[in-house]
Amino acid sequence: MNRFSLQDPHNRRIAWQMLAVGTVATLAGWFFWNAIGNFDARRAGFGLDFLLRPANIPIGETLIDYAPGDANYRALLVGLLNTVLVAAFGILLATILGTVLGVARLSGNYVASRLAAAYVEFVRNVPLLAHLFVIYLVLQRLPSLRTALSVGNLAFLSNRGLVIPAINLGFSSMTLFAGAAALLVTGMTMRPFTSGPVSRAGVKGCLAVAFVCTMVGLASMTITLPVLEGRAFVGGRTISPELTALVLGLTIYYASFIAEIVRSGILSVPKGQWEAAAALGLRRSWTLRLVVLPQALRLMIPPVTNQYLDLAKMTSLAIAIGYPDLVAVANSIITDTGRAIECVAIIMGAFLLVNLSISTFMNWLNLRVAVVGGAK
Amino acid sequence: MTLVLYKSRDQGRLGRMSGWVRANFFAGVASGLTTILLSLVALAVLTRFLDWSVLNAVWTAPPGDSSPCRAVHDGACWALVGEKYRFMLFATYPYEAQWRPATACVLLIGLYVISAIPACWRRGLLLVWVAGLVAVAVLMWGGVAGLSFVPQDKWGGLPVTLLLSTFGILAAFPAGILVALGRQATALPAIRIMCIGYIELIRGVPLVSLLFMASFVFPLFLPQGIDIDKLLRAQLALILFSAAYIAEVVRGGLQSVPSGQVEGAMALGLRYWRIQMLIILPQALRNALPPLVSTAISIFKSTSLVLVVGIFDLLSSGKASIVDPAWQGFGLEMFITISLIYFIFCFSMSRYSKYIERRLV
Repeated sequence: MNRFSLQDPHNRRIAWQMLAVGTVATLAGWFFWNAIGNFDARRAGFGLDFLLRPANIPIGETLIDYAPGDANYRALLVGLLNTVLVAAFGILLATILGTVLGVARLSGNYVASRLAAAYVEFVRNVPLLAHLFVIYLVLQRLPSLRTALSVGNLAFLSNRGLVIPAINLGFSSMTLFAGAAALLVTGMTMRPFTSGPVSRAGVKGCLAVAFVCTMVGLASMTITLPVLEGRAFVGGRTISPELTALVLGLTIYYASFIAEIVRSGILSVPKGQWEAAAALGLRRSWTLRLVVLPQALRLMIPPVTNQYLDLAKMTSLAIAIGYPDLVAVANSIITDTGRAIECVAIIMGAFLLVNLSISTFMNWLNLRVAVVGGAK
Repeated sequence: MTLVLYKSRDQGRLGRMSGWVRANFFAGVASGLTTILLSLVALAVLTRFLDWSVLNAVWTAPPGDSSPCRAVHDGACWALVGEKYRFMLFATYPYEAQWRPATACVLLIGLYVISAIPACWRRGLLLVWVAGLVAVAVLMWGGVAGLSFVPQDKWGGLPVTLLLSTFGILAAFPAGILVALGRQATALPAIRIMCIGYIELIRGVPLVSLLFMASFVFPLFLPQGIDIDKLLRAQLALILFSAAYIAEVVRGGLQSVPSGQVEGAMALGLRYWRIQMLIILPQALRNALPPLVSTAISIFKSTSLVLVVGIFDLLSSGKASIVDPAWQGFGLEMFITISLIYFIFCFSMSRYSKYIERRLV
């Protein structure tokens, strides 16, 4: 008796979904079919075999050993590490600068709050790429190596980049740091499960030993200061103008967005919280640290996560000023081998992975600061 | 101490002034030090910048001759901008016909302005937009009414930036609404999963990789012989990118509409599309208007990324205009000018967003 009818809401739903899936599948199939035809015509081939072939591209800055002639996958790895390096420093510095600016905007001091507001308004209304070009050109107008600007003879800034003291981690200090990290992780993960004085003392002991390890590790590593000898610096670590411009640009740009998030986070904590804390006799700095910031942090983490993800993606602008990040290396490999689909897929996969790691970490942080039993 | 305060409060204007100054500049030792230190730093930076950009600057130079700029040790060379501004604004568009892209830009900006005025939000606005865009197309392409034909690969500069952002927002807006509705459609799991996948994939990868996709990979997906213009491909990538971001903003708006609204509409016997069009979307979009304007600002800024695939928008035309052996070593001035142009557009949009926010409450 059940006649099939499109008037039935259940059938309509199924029909709509089949239509949508069918359209997407047809389109994908058509693309795939064309791609196969194009590969045959061009004899370019398809596959990941090119990853093992030698790469003919020179890369200026590498964190791991690399020379032209190494395999393509190693070149891509060098690029990926550079991307992660830029993203990590960008996130760290933008967070610091952004927090300072956000607090400054709320400060009772007129000069501080106006300057911070002017900074935010100007910086976030100009595209990041324009910032990068301006910074890069300003860096190129810096004095030459001979007359480099010196920061207490520790770091030198010139048109060839920034030279900073090199930190040489010996084997012993590396081992000590690794041990300290392991102890710290153990101590922190055990803490929620501890009850009773003995196990609590165990956790404290763990943390204390970790602290001692870190200190000894710090003491046993060596730092070499850069010294200008003739036409080059010896002993320090040189950071190229491209890397400096990229990290500076990302920091300056994203700090303006983080500042706004910090400001609105602090503002959204009700005034009564300040007053109640004052009534309890807490000092202003204690109120900020113990009462206001923990509540503001909860509101700040999701939007700040979005900024971190955005920053990580925007490291891809490295290609515009010539820093060898993953995208720039992949671009050279595309010109070299013609494997466009594979390389673009690798870029996308790598960024999805980087973003997934950032958001997983931030979600974990968010869970930690969330109100127990409160609204999600 | 109290006496002094009491007196100063009653001293009239001057007393209130000094009270205001004390409260905002010298509230304590730390505040006073901050005021002095920051003022000194700001003053130093400002005078240094004024010296460079105004006092020591070179404003004019004979065509193709950078020697006046080279003669000055530490000053801006605005003469460079004076010589290259036509290329920055219109790139390779035929020189004698550059009044056409200029008029097109004015038309587009006029369209933005009238669309921003709430009193103009009625059906006629749609017709004005259609007429305006047709006029822009006629001006840019030509080929009719005695205007010479100018192919797309000759376009560049400001009109390209404005067109990329206009269509990036115009086309992505309805697409974004559809995707947002799809993501909220719990009764249609297949559509919901596809929409979530689309949004998360696009938001997870850099725009640069989408532009690469459009310029290197997309041609491989088309049958041989069909060739889509480079500018159009970049435009498609931008639309694909913006739609995912707009969808998330619209979703926020949809979630802000109380569920009683849907239930009430269903009780009246309305079907899905009528519920969405008549009840839900008007409220959701109204709530989402301020974040939508912010998204529009970020789309406008992100059009500058087309530089990496070699399309001449405002920023990359500016970059190309300074590649001239005669002007070797200059260029900062050009990028500062371009930054100011972007700033004017984005700052007015963000002010507008504040105004709309106040109007809506």
